[in-house]
Amino acid sequence: MKLLSRKATCNSHGQDSSYFLGWQEYEKNPYDEVRNPTGIIQMGLAESQLSFDLLESWLAENPDASGFTRNGESIFRELALFQDYHGLPAFKKALAEFMEEIRGNKVTFDPRNLVLTAGATSANETLAFCIAEPGEAFLLPTPYYPGFDRDLKWRTGVEIVPIQCTGSNGFRITESALEDAYQLARKQNLRVKGVLVTNPSNPLGTALSRQELNLLVSFISAKNIHLISDEIYSGTVFSSPSFVSVMEVLLERNLANTQVWNRVHLVYSLSKDLGLPGFRVGAIYSNDNTVVAAATKMSSFGLVSSQTQYLLSAMLADKKFTKHYIFENQVRLQKRHAMLVRGLKNAGISCLDSNAGLFCWVDMRHLLTSKSFDAEMELWKKIVYQVGLNISPGSSCHCAEPGWFRVCFANMLEETLDLAMQRIKDFVVSTATKSSNTGRSHHLSSKYSARKSLSKWVFRLSFHHDSENER
Amino acid sequence: MEQLLSKIATNEQHGENSSYFHGWKAYDNDPYHPTQNPNGVIQMGLAENQLSFDLVEEWITKHPSASICTSEGVQMFRDIAIFQDYHGLTEFRNAVARFMGKVRGGRVSFDPARIVLAGGATGASELITFCLADPGDAFLVPTPYYPAFDRDLKWRTGIQLIPVICESSNNFKITKEALEEAFQNAQKSSIKVKGVIIANPSNPLGTTVERETQITLVNFINEKQIHLVCDEIYSATIFSRPNFISIAEIIEEVECNRDLIHIIYSLSKDMGFPGFRVGIVYSYNDAVVNCGRKMSSFGLVSSQTQHFLASMLSDDEFVDDFLKTSSMRLAKRHQTFTSGLEEVGIKCLNSNAGLFCWMDLRPLLKEPTFEAEMVLWRLIIHKVKLNVSPGFSFHCVEPGWFRVCFANMDDATLEIALKRIRIFIQATVKKSDVPAKKSKQWQKNLRLSFSGGSRCEYEESLKSPSVMSPHSPMSPAQLVQTRT
Repeated sequence: MKLLSRKATCNSHGQDSSYFLGWQEYEKNPYDEVRNPTGIIQMGLAESQLSFDLLESWLAENPDASGFTRNGESIFRELALFQDYHGLPAFKKALAEFMEEIRGNKVTFDPRNLVLTAGATSANETLAFCIAEPGEAFLLPTPYYPGFDRDLKWRTGVEIVPIQCTGSNGFRITESALEDAYQLARKQNLRVKGVLVTNPSNPLGTALSRQELNLLVSFISAKNIHLISDEIYSGTVFSSPSFVSVMEVLLERNLANTQVWNRVHLVYSLSKDLGLPGFRVGAIYSNDNTVVAAATKMSSFGLVSSQTQYLLSAMLADKKFTKHYIFENQVRLQKRHAMLVRGLKNAGISCLDSNAGLFCWVDMRHLLTSKSFDAEMELWKKIVYQVGLNISPGSSCHCAEPGWFRVCFANMLEETLDLAMQRIKDFVVSTATKSSNTGRSHHLSSKYSARKSLSKWVFRLSFHHDSENER
Repeated sequence: MEQLLSKIATNEQHGENSSYFHGWKAYDNDPYHPTQNPNGVIQMGLAENQLSFDLVEEWITKHPSASICTSEGVQMFRDIAIFQDYHGLTEFRNAVARFMGKVRGGRVSFDPARIVLAGGATGASELITFCLADPGDAFLVPTPYYPAFDRDLKWRTGIQLIPVICESSNNFKITKEALEEAFQNAQKSSIKVKGVIIANPSNPLGTTVERETQITLVNFINEKQIHLVCDEIYSATIFSRPNFISIAEIIEEVECNRDLIHIIYSLSKDMGFPGFRVGIVYSYNDAVVNCGRKMSSFGLVSSQTQHFLASMLSDDEFVDDFLKTSSMRLAKRHQTFTSGLEEVGIKCLNSNAGLFCWMDLRPLLKEPTFEAEMVLWRLIIHKVKLNVSPGFSFHCVEPGWFRVCFANMDDATLEIALKRIRIFIQATVKKSDVPAKKSKQWQKNLRLSFSGGSRCEYEESLKSPSVMSPHSPMSPAQLVQTRT
């Protein structure tokens, strides 16, 4: 008899994808300014390391939150025992208000409708469990975050059907793309239970337009299905247009307290906006009491550590701090974004116009030897092994068109980003030179790594060393 | 009209509307407080270890660098805040492995590479189930068992639990016959059994599982080539002989396929840290570790907490002192409580571990039925004002047993609880038809009678918008659910 479950032995966790394999290569040969200056620079990690100093100085000024004390008195015992899945009230209140602030206070969030989860990873899986049966489907616009394959499908048995978006219109979601996806699901005999979007988008780095949001609301209304809006990057919008949450659009259309209202759910987390992925703070916000009730019970399987809730309740309740942090962080993100865009432009590479996120959606179609995903893979491997940059190929994000790559800019020092830009420039220049000289040769002399032939790598699918699961 | 939400979201399989939680609701509505509400309900339904926080608080004061937020520890802040690798912090896994070894007296050691993090034992239990079983498959579980296994093991995984009946006649030991019978029943219903899950020490019994029983279990699962999951969450709550024997020790003595052996652990009971959500799956099966690790993404332990605990648990001197002191305090509590009960003729199952007693109130039942148990239970909650947990909620096949927790309150509160029990028993004895005899005597003849209010009054008081109407207690036959 088969010893393990099907879930344990299938590949639905998605970790054999190139998205994660690039990280493995990085981990074997990580760049370090001093110890390994020719190593691989990690640009596949959507993390912000730009504003820790702000957090650290807040901590220095707030000793109570730092130790397990309140007004100097130890509350260790209280925290150590607190496992109520309703969450620390002070934390939920502070989190709800933080979310409101990010949305310019144009929407209000009731803490009672907030469910705390172990990261957005858990929030998304929980919503999938609540909304869909095994075998039912969610529609997702492509390209999308590779981790969704695991989070939405793996243990739930739910399917994803793509809403194809293309570069011809900046990857915007169109009515016909939505309808096509819906029909595609029907052809596959999959009942569609909802649409899931990430807003701002990962990997595009763009905030959804009001038009797209209205489209989505009308679509789910007509089809009588749910909408999950993963707004994990909502605090990273660094230039106009400003962020518009789907909740705002619902209010504008006077849809508060209607059936549609109850079918729109938000996912949030502090992993990107505050740069705290290690703390595992995620949240579901829903106007539907049944969803809130069910998700709350499910959160038992991944509650937020009380110690962490306490620290963050104090931090987020400090409105002066949060205001300053959001603003300053966005300024720094914008600067980094500009640096990356400039650096790429310098190498003749353009990006999708973006105003949010911790990455750019980079157009390298002109560097492909052919308009195919094989060529994309070929290019990607060169970039990982010869250029020494771990970036994420569009195919791992289920992009419909080859040649696009997600490149992160907020998870390294400025000097490192500079170096990365230099490497890309050198690579492009030398590719141009070589191809004009030799026509077909792809063997570039590499200053950065002494990697063996790429084909050997392709077949090495077993790994003893699993990678991190960042977005 | 199409079903908008999933079945999981709308069925009752989370089990939270079971009457197990009714007592808690009564407590929430009227919680005891020494000065503000001295007549309130005392919480004795919560298996928490509150006896040794002072030791931890002292350690924290002396080790400010364990926190990433203090000036002594903040230089680690950013590295920890970023750390979301599902392997967990190396120093944390090392510290936990070491701790688990110490709890077992150094008789076995644990490989940090086999430690998988999870969201509390709740998360760990669900995770291991997802790894080992498909929807419709079953696990055998000895009764009585922890009520939330129904949620943790079955709810989202879609598996079934088949009871292995244990009885008071042999102190609820797990027997080979009971295991075989449960297995055969499953086979007859074409249900695929994937494994057995036990808790050692047992919740609610408070007893450690003997060596012979564990050997029987290992042989049983090995013969059938099914899994054995041992929830050892109470492993450091042993306070008297016999010593705890972990499955990790048994498999050193007994030949078996180690790919079948898995341990669930947590710091919620041994250290008293349920709020920190530290759950562990320790598996001897590489594929399970591999897969489990990926699944732990859904419930990782906060890096802040990992860092903090790594520091604490690698302090050998502290750990040794903590384990010793905690055990002593639990022993004392257990002694105080059980002797207090003995004084009024109430017996408990002989136990050597856990944070609770398995109390035998069969003599107080009007008749040996679960209906009578339910009546007695409501009486205890509403008249004696103690929230205790009735045996039926643990799927016990014999009515009259109750789990009573003793480590989640201070000494004074425990005294008050005992006093209330004394008063109740004495009042009940007075009202019985049988003249007051020696305490052992009345146990045989006691019939319960009510004072001050009819049964209807009690049942009325239960009906409120937040309280579900009483469910009829589950009979063992209802426990085997066939998949439609």
